Order: sequence, then C-alpha cells, then structure tokens
Amino acid sequence: MRLRVAAALVGLALYLVVVPFVFRESRYLLGVLTTASVLSLISLGVWLTFAIGRINIGQAAFALVGGYTTAILSVKLGVSFWLCLPASGLAAALVGAVIGWPILRLKGVYFAMITLTLSEAARLAALNGGTITQGATGILNIPLPGEVTFAGVVLVPAFRALNVHLAFYYLAAILLVLGLFTVTRIASCRLGWIFRSLRQDEALAASIGVNVAKYRVLAFALGCFFAGIAGAFFTVSQQSIYPSSFGVPDSVYFMLYCFLGGLSYVSGPVVGAFVLFLGFELLHGLREYQMLTYAAIMITVMLWLPNGLLSLRLPARPDMKADTA
Amino acid sequence: MEVRDLTKRFGGLVAVDHVTFQANEGEVLSIIGPNGAGKSTLFKLITSFLPRTAGRVIFQGEDITGLSAHLVARKGVVRTFQETTIFKEMSALENVVIAHHLRGRATSVGLFLNTRVARQDEASFRDSADEILDYLGLSRVRHEKARRLPHGYLRALGIAIAMACDPKVLLLDEPFSGMNPEETDRMVETVRGIRDRGVTILLVEHDMRAVMRLSDRIIVLNFGRKIADGTPREIQNDEAVIEAYIGREDDELGI
Repeated sequence: MRLRVAAALVGLALYLVVVPFVFRESRYLLGVLTTASVLSLISLGVWLTFAIGRINIGQAAFALVGGYTTAILSVKLGVSFWLCLPASGLAAALVGAVIGWPILRLKGVYFAMITLTLSEAARLAALNGGTITQGATGILNIPLPGEVTFAGVVLVPAFRALNVHLAFYYLAAILLVLGLFTVTRIASCRLGWIFRSLRQDEALAASIGVNVAKYRVLAFALGCFFAGIAGAFFTVSQQSIYPSSFGVPDSVYFMLYCFLGGLSYVSGPVVGAFVLFLGFELLHGLREYQMLTYAAIMITVMLWLPNGLLSLRLPARPDMKADTA
Repeated sequence: MEVRDLTKRFGGLVAVDHVTFQANEGEVLSIIGPNGAGKSTLFKLITSFLPRTAGRVIFQGEDITGLSAHLVARKGVVRTFQETTIFKEMSALENVVIAHHLRGRATSVGLFLNTRVARQDEASFRDSADEILDYLGLSRVRHEKARRLPHGYLRALGIAIAMACDPKVLLLDEPFSGMNPEETDRMVETVRGIRDRGVTILLVEHDMRAVMRLSDRIIVLNFGRKIADGTPREIQNDEAVIEAYIGREDDELGI
C-alpha cells in the first residue's frame, strides 16, 4: 500500500513537474502528451461503462456534445471557458442520462451497436444543426481560456499570455489526475462493488435491492461527463469544432484503449491511451507503413495479452479482476 | 402475504392461471407440481421479476404488484435463484457484504467521500456477513472466489445472500436440487432455523422428502392452476395431486 502511494507520488511528480520542465520548449512533444492525457480522460469514461458490463462505442457523441456546448457558450454568449468546461461535462452527462435510461436495458452487442449509431447520430445532428452548430463550417475562433481572478488575485493567467502549449499541458494533466482520482475512488468504495455486481448479474443485484436502472445510468452519465469535459478541452485547445471532430473511429479507439490497457485496472485506459497514442506517433517515421505496423502491434497485444498491457506485470487484484463483460 | 388471482400469459400459453393463496407469517409454504407447472414463474411474478398479466400480491396490507424488483426486495420479499446465481467473481464474503445493500444508510456521494456513515455501514455489513456465513457453515471458504466453490456451498451462499437482505418473506427456488442426502438434511435444518427466526418461507422444490419434512402447508400447481392446498398429509392423499404426478388409468387406451 505504502509502495503504491510512493509510486503514485513519483509518477505525479514526473508528470506534473519534470516532464513539463524538461520539454517546455518542445511544442510537438507537449502536444502529444497533452492529447494522450485527454484521450485517457475520455477512455476513463468508457471504462466506467465497462465497469457495469456494457461495451460503449458512443463516447464520441458525448465529446461532441461537450465540445459544441463550449463552442456555443463561449462564441455566441461570451461565457468564460472556466464556466464552459463544467457546463460541457454536465450537458454531456445530462444527455447521457436521458439517452442512457432506455438504451442501458440492452446488453452485449446490442448496446454496443446502439452506442455506435449514437456516435454517427451526433455527427449528423451537428451537421444539420443549422445556425446553432453552423453545419459543416463548424464553429471557429473559439477564444483561448481567459484569466481567473479571485478577490483581485490572479489564480490562472490568461492562456494567450503564457506558453500556450505548456498551459494546455497542465490543464490536461490536472484534468486527468482529477479524473483518475475520481474513478479510482469510485472503484474502491462500495459504489464500485455495486457496479461490479451489475456487471456480474443484474437480476441478482435487483434481488438484493440494488436499483439497477439508477446505478447503471449513474455510471453511464459519469462516463459521459468525462467525455464532455474532454470534448470541451479539445474544442478550446484547437479553437474550433466541426461535426467530424469526434466520430465513430474515435469511439472505437477509446474502447480499444480500455481493452489494451486492461479492463481489470482503473489505470488500464490511461496506460492504453498513452501507449497506443504515443506508439502511433513514434511510428510516424514509417510513413505509409505506420498504420499497418500499428494495427499489427495492436492485434499482437490483443492475442498475447487478452487482459491488457497491465496484466504483463501486475497480477490482477482479486476484487478488480475483469469478468467477461 | 396474500396472492390473489395472479395470472401470467405468454402469448397463448397461460403459465400461471388465477392462482390465489395466503402465506401465514412464520410458516414454510411449499409450492410443488410437475415440471412446467408454473412454480418458478409464480415466484418471478411475486418478486416482480416478470410483469404479471393480472392479479395482485398483497404484503402486510400493501399492494406490492407492479413495483420494481428492487423495491419488492426493499419491502422484505426476497428470492433466491435456481441453479447457482451468485456474483461469481467475488469472494464468498464479498457476495454477502454487497447483499447488505438495502441496509446501507450512506448516499452515493457519501460512499464516494467515504463519510463516517459509509464506514459504519461497511463495518456493520462485515460483522453481519461474518455471522451469516458462520450460520450457513461457509466461514472456511469466506475468502474463496465464488466461482471456485463446490455446488453445495454455492446453494448455501445463494441463501446467505438472500439472508443478508433481512427478508420477511424468503422465496427459495429449488434450494435442494443437486444435493446429496446429507447436504439436503443439513439444508433442511438451515431452512428451519431461518423460519424460526421469524422469516416466512415460500419453497419451490422437487425433493419430496425434504418438502414433506419441512412444510407447514403445501400448494400444488399443475398447468398453472392451483389444484390442491393443504398440510403435507392432506396433499399426499389428494386424488388430484396423485393424478397430476402419476397420471390416471385410461380405460380406453388400457393403460
């Protein structure tokens, strides 16, 4: 336990202090790490739906909801990004709860298929959203995060006054740490047990008085919240959003990050996202063979480590072990 | 508990046909009948695992038909499952701890923040789970993953999970199936013990020896209809029951 905490602290220090200090001038590397962090955050949301035994390929839809919420609020209504960010998470969670309530009755491949179509439906909705989403043109010129002051003290300076890449790196890192902490906490408290009980047998869970519908919507909406936050982040860091900003392939990737990292571990999606995303970037030199090599590695990992990359070192903790979803 | 005209139709098939009976507090009431008679369906209707076609279930003066399954459990009407329905990837202890869910006082947010109430809940769940496991003779395997437990233990664990819900009415669905005579004897004693704690027990079972020993009253179903209702002795001598189980001589066919 103490070892675990120490390892976590060392990791945190590396991630929040050493890396940004050493690579503060390297736009490319900071950008890659920033993206990997936020992809991890989205995938953590997908992991939460895995935790209740549902394969979710609809996360892109909720990232779009979050992204457009931030875009519309900040461009059309001039709302500060720091309010747009939680609003985007809440908007995505709300949409997730409303859609999730009926569709979470489905299981297995049926749920997966419905969520897959959600990814596409969200894109089409954005494309046909008229003046609200500005169709295929998308929403551009989204302002960078402004400064946050409290009682005259500048808590967060305006991003344009800073090394923007470094600022976004920190924002992403802090969001990921908060997200990872939240999910770890959920998995270790009795809520995590309840989620696991749903994954293993919903009928039995109902028989012991668990409000099955409530808890699976809770898990799903939380996952969507993460997607909304991440969508808002990408929108403001790229200062634009289009209907195609998040699509079906993205949803598939988020799910794969969870799979390849290891479903049994809270940190699985984070490891999966970092390894796969950084791996893809590292293979950049292979040019036209990049995708092929990447796919081959992915298949190999799936074949040889069906329980994910993390199963390579850590034996699964008994209470966390994955069940066949 | 009172069941009035409970009916379930699956398309043209009437699985449970206007079944009416009353279960008195603290008795063991068995429901028997040939395969396909509608016994398990009846259980599912009472506990809201299936929506009914018609009829009502009254418990403690309150109509509990149509409530969601988890709310029926909350009222104190708890079922066990046929076969081995347990949380397979949890240890025996975890299975029973999680089954205390209904007694939890902490909210979801409280659980997340690990408030004092949440910690108290958890401690009391563990104590109670230890006691239940001990009662059912499962203490030795409490840390064993449920998936690895032998059949007899799994049946006991199923009952342990139901007991953790603190039921007022416990519906046992074939608790003795697949058990050898000694295991059955032990389980009969266990069920008696649960009844002696004041729990009303509804029992669906094919093991007639156990049913006759355990039951205060027996209801017999055939093709979804109640064909008899009485003490074990009355049931054993009931013409309609004998006919349902063994069949009747058919003069025309000569058998």
